Amino acid sequence: MTDDKDVLRDVWFGRIPTCFTLYQDEITEREAEPYYLLLPRVSYLTLVTDKVKKHFQKALRQEDVSEIWFEYEGTPLKWHYPIGLLFDLLASSSALPWNITVHFKSFPEKDLLHCPSKDAVEAHFMSCMKEADALKHKSQVINEMQKKDHKQLWMGLQNDRFDQFWAINRKLMEYPPEENGFRYIPFRIYQKLGLSTLYYPGTMQTKVGLELRERDLPASESGLCSTFQHYES
Amino acid sequence: MTPRNSLTLSMTCLWEVGRSQRSLWAACQCGLCPCRERCGTERMSATPTQKALPGLLWIPQGRWFRSAVGPTTLYGPPSGRGKPWSEKESAGTTQKVWFRRGVNSHNPCGTSWIEMVGEMTMVNVGLNDQVWGISCEDRAVYFRQGVTPSELSGKTWKPIIVGRESDRSHSGSSSSLLSAGCFFGDEVRGSGTESAPSDTDASSEVERQDPEQVLPRESVDNSRSLKGSLSKGPETRGSTEDTLENACPADSKKAPEASGVDECHGPASTPAELPWTNIDLKEPKRVSSQPSAGFPETTGLSSLGLFPLGMEEPYVADDHPLWAWVSGGGCAVEACSVLKWFTVQSGLSPSVQSLSLSITPAQTAAWRKQIFQQLTERTKRELESFRHYEQAVEQSVWVKTGSLQWWCDWKPHKWVDVRVALEQFTGHDGARDSILFIYYMIHEEKKYLHVFLNEVTVLVPVLNEAKHSFALYTPERTRQRWPVRLAAATEQDMNDWLALLSLSCCESRKVHGRPSPQAIWSVTCKGDIFVSEPSPDLEAREHLLPCDQMFWRQMGGHLRIIEANSRGVVWGIGYDHTAWVYTGGYGGGCFQGLASSTSNIYTQSDVKSVYIYENQRWNPVTGYTSRGLPTDRYMWSDATGLQECTKAGTKPPSLQWTWVSDWYVDFSVPGGTDQEGWQYASDFPASYHGYKTMKDFVRRRCWARKCKLVTSGPWLEVAPIALSDVSIIPESADADGRGHHIALWAVSDKGDVLCRLGVSELNPAGSSWLHVGTDQPFASVSIGTCYQVWAVARDGSAFYRGSVSPSQPAGDCWYHIPSPPKQKLTQVSVGQTSVYALDENGNLWYRAGITPSYPQGSSWEHVSNNVRKVSVGPLDQVWVIANKVQGSHGLSRGTVCHRMGVQPREPKGQGWDYGIGGGWDHISVRANATMVPRNVSREQEAHGQGPVYC
Repeated sequence: MTDDKDVLRDVWFGRIPTCFTLYQDEITEREAEPYYLLLPRVSYLTLVTDKVKKHFQKALRQEDVSEIWFEYEGTPLKWHYPIGLLFDLLASSSALPWNITVHFKSFPEKDLLHCPSKDAVEAHFMSCMKEADALKHKSQVINEMQKKDHKQLWMGLQNDRFDQFWAINRKLMEYPPEENGFRYIPFRIYQKLGLSTLYYPGTMQTKVGLELRERDLPASESGLCSTFQHYES
Repeated sequence: MTPRNSLTLSMTCLWEVGRSQRSLWAACQCGLCPCRERCGTERMSATPTQKALPGLLWIPQGRWFRSAVGPTTLYGPPSGRGKPWSEKESAGTTQKVWFRRGVNSHNPCGTSWIEMVGEMTMVNVGLNDQVWGISCEDRAVYFRQGVTPSELSGKTWKPIIVGRESDRSHSGSSSSLLSAGCFFGDEVRGSGTESAPSDTDASSEVERQDPEQVLPRESVDNSRSLKGSLSKGPETRGSTEDTLENACPADSKKAPEASGVDECHGPASTPAELPWTNIDLKEPKRVSSQPSAGFPETTGLSSLGLFPLGMEEPYVADDHPLWAWVSGGGCAVEACSVLKWFTVQSGLSPSVQSLSLSITPAQTAAWRKQIFQQLTERTKRELESFRHYEQAVEQSVWVKTGSLQWWCDWKPHKWVDVRVALEQFTGHDGARDSILFIYYMIHEEKKYLHVFLNEVTVLVPVLNEAKHSFALYTPERTRQRWPVRLAAATEQDMNDWLALLSLSCCESRKVHGRPSPQAIWSVTCKGDIFVSEPSPDLEAREHLLPCDQMFWRQMGGHLRIIEANSRGVVWGIGYDHTAWVYTGGYGGGCFQGLASSTSNIYTQSDVKSVYIYENQRWNPVTGYTSRGLPTDRYMWSDATGLQECTKAGTKPPSLQWTWVSDWYVDFSVPGGTDQEGWQYASDFPASYHGYKTMKDFVRRRCWARKCKLVTSGPWLEVAPIALSDVSIIPESADADGRGHHIALWAVSDKGDVLCRLGVSELNPAGSSWLHVGTDQPFASVSIGTCYQVWAVARDGSAFYRGSVSPSQPAGDCWYHIPSPPKQKLTQVSVGQTSVYALDENGNLWYRAGITPSYPQGSSWEHVSNNVRKVSVGPLDQVWVIANKVQGSHGLSRGTVCHRMGVQPREPKGQGWDYGIGGGWDHISVRANATMVPRNVSREQEAHGQGPVYC
């Protein structure tokens, strides 16, 4: 796997330059400057936007502050999708930086899940890991891990610590030498369509062999593949 | 099912012998011994493989098979003998596959038969001992996976699928996708005329012909008798230039991936006109009872297929054909390559099978490169102009903490509970700095000590039956002979820490991947393997690097001896005398994931014995009893008598080891024993002898028990000869050794001197052993840069081998060299011009008076005592394992030491520089030629010697 380390690092340290702008109809007490940030592709929006939230809250009236949500060109951004995926799916053809609009009002209940805290992100992330390991190892590896290992995995992602994350994640990426590979290679196909319907992780899980991944995914989506191969392949 | 019978004759017993003459396979029907019953010498005198490979070396077949037949009475119920085959078959035939173990050029008979899993109607052995077979069950063509030079029996049978489309598309054009890298024969000779007459008599052989290509096939006459069928092989094979395509008219909808065949390289020496696989189709010997079995109804094949009378079952369109014959004799499959082409994973439905990918390592590499390039481009595109943006997540310090035990620095030394924390600081460029903190309490006061990981020189696992611990050395700790020792509660916990710390150390020193060919290898007394990248300063004349600053990293595996050469050939010998060759990988053992290579890591096992002693004292009334005097040693003890070691209470050396035998009396102890294994002496401890005299009041008996360890590492077994010593020719950096093979000498565990032929960078395992005759058993051998071969016999004297050269690899005769007065030599090591020998009392001797015209030299000159092992390199550098070295805090036994001041005019050098230890058992510096080599001719100078011990 050391051969892949450069790749893993590049995937991990993928960043998207983003410009956050407050929605024009939000009522502000003072001018809200846009906020520029490098977002890690492999992380989640609500996990890495504390600074953004703090920045715009200062401009708002206290009573107007409610749950923050993000939108790009009219599309609400699902926080439970990895950032890199959202960008590749919706904005890969647009100019950088990626312009995201910040909302504090009229939460689109139909399109987005609430994210009450980072625990929700963690729960979602861990469930993805478990799903993936169910396909790869019949869940044996993830179930054999201790709570602290799960925590280390999550903290690695949350704190953007490549080594911390991979010290545990490697176990999920190994298979006994007598087996020639994983039982199945989990991956997920995301579509731009059906943005109005919300589905929970796992509904599109497909058991297909490796060949599909290599052959049938269009080349343009390889970035997308790389984005989530962290979690799922 | 009468049609079967005639064919059965040829099918019941099929032999295949691999090219290396070490791989002997047989498929036989249950209850019948293939060799004794059917395969007389005469019949076996021509195997298809033999004829198929003209020009290859074969030992006389008669000798081979006569002797091979001998011991086969071991299996097969006697009732089966002589009975007609058909009768056995009607009783329900099983076609077992047998592998002959231990066949080699020294022992053409092999040692025993091993029954293989799976039932095959036939087996066939290819160029690299690769095995092909046809399964009884589904009549599919199978390939034996995992066949390597060290494991000729392989691991599993893998079914093979092949494309039908390619079968049809092959219209005489050799531009077929499959042609790349394969050994095809000449053009199709006499296509059409070659077609054997349709012979559809009683055997009702299926003849299947491609519209565009006539498949060669064997006539029924030939198949009736084994001899016939075997001797017929070459013709059919010779007439076929054809490849996989027509060989495998299977059902697969997709053509095999073109690149898949890239794997199919043969050795460059193989004659280019070697024929390629010829898989003839014959009538299936027995009609499968499964209704699904049948011939595929496909346009390209069924049109001309003549179906046998017995094949009434409806055949399923998508099912594969029933194969009857496979020959891989022309297909060279690299032993180590992972064969993914046209194999399918079992358990997949045929429709999935056809989708199966064939990915070669080359493709994987290209794919990886492509991904990496895309990522690099992406990073450039997305980050180039925005690097001044703020990071969403601030880089923080990552701390891994845990509870360990620490062997405290103060007296009384004991294990104390500590908290440890590894703090890693990573910059955005990935550069990293790490500190290990150890927090402890002393006199109710909190204290800590810390270690910068970029100063750590080695991490050594120290496993024993009680503790999972490891030792951490820095240059300072090495000088003190007092490492930081930490113990974890579980093996897993220890391995996690060890792997993490090792990775951090390697990263901080930017050491990764495969060790360089010049690497210095060493082995600890626990069998752990370490490797160090030599700095050019290591052998510099001035300002040389102190060897306590060398950084050692661990390799997976378990060895007792390791020897390397600057062309990257590394051999090792296990405790059980098994010979191993380095595969080029790294990691294994507890180093997995990022610290391990994806390929070239294999399972490795080792066996050693644990010895305890039963002690008894003479009692005038009752004779010898297990009741000693109150002052006596334990009645069950270790060799020293200081530790009590009972049969029940003695455990394997560490939790890695498990018992694999019961206790047995060891009769091979030095000094001899009586018939019950007892050794007598006047008292404990004394010198023991194997007979009782009037003066003997005590006796002891040695009990041994074998234990086994299983680990993994970049090692492959070099079967089948067990070795006790090995030496590879050291080469100076500027020497152009390419073009001829690398000289490698060894001593077998029986004391035979051997010379390995065919060793090269590409084939580090070599091809065969050449026996070098001796008058007595030998103990050690070493070959110098200029083909000077020195050896030490078990009687303690030395020998020089004359006239060894690339063209005469085994030399001509031995010259006896007397040992130093009253000393028995145990080991010898030869560098460029220097010859050093070691005696059983730990004295290191230099051979003086060696000149090009008188290579035997004139006398032994004492250099040092206190030496356990010596390794002389291609620069004439001298490294030893010193017996004892005293540091400021402790004494270490088994320490790597480097001879200082070795120069052309002063080959014996002066003084020692102390490196890593204790617990080291072996070192090989013979690959390190990273300095301008010196002139060969020089004067000999005698100099005073200083003992290593300080």
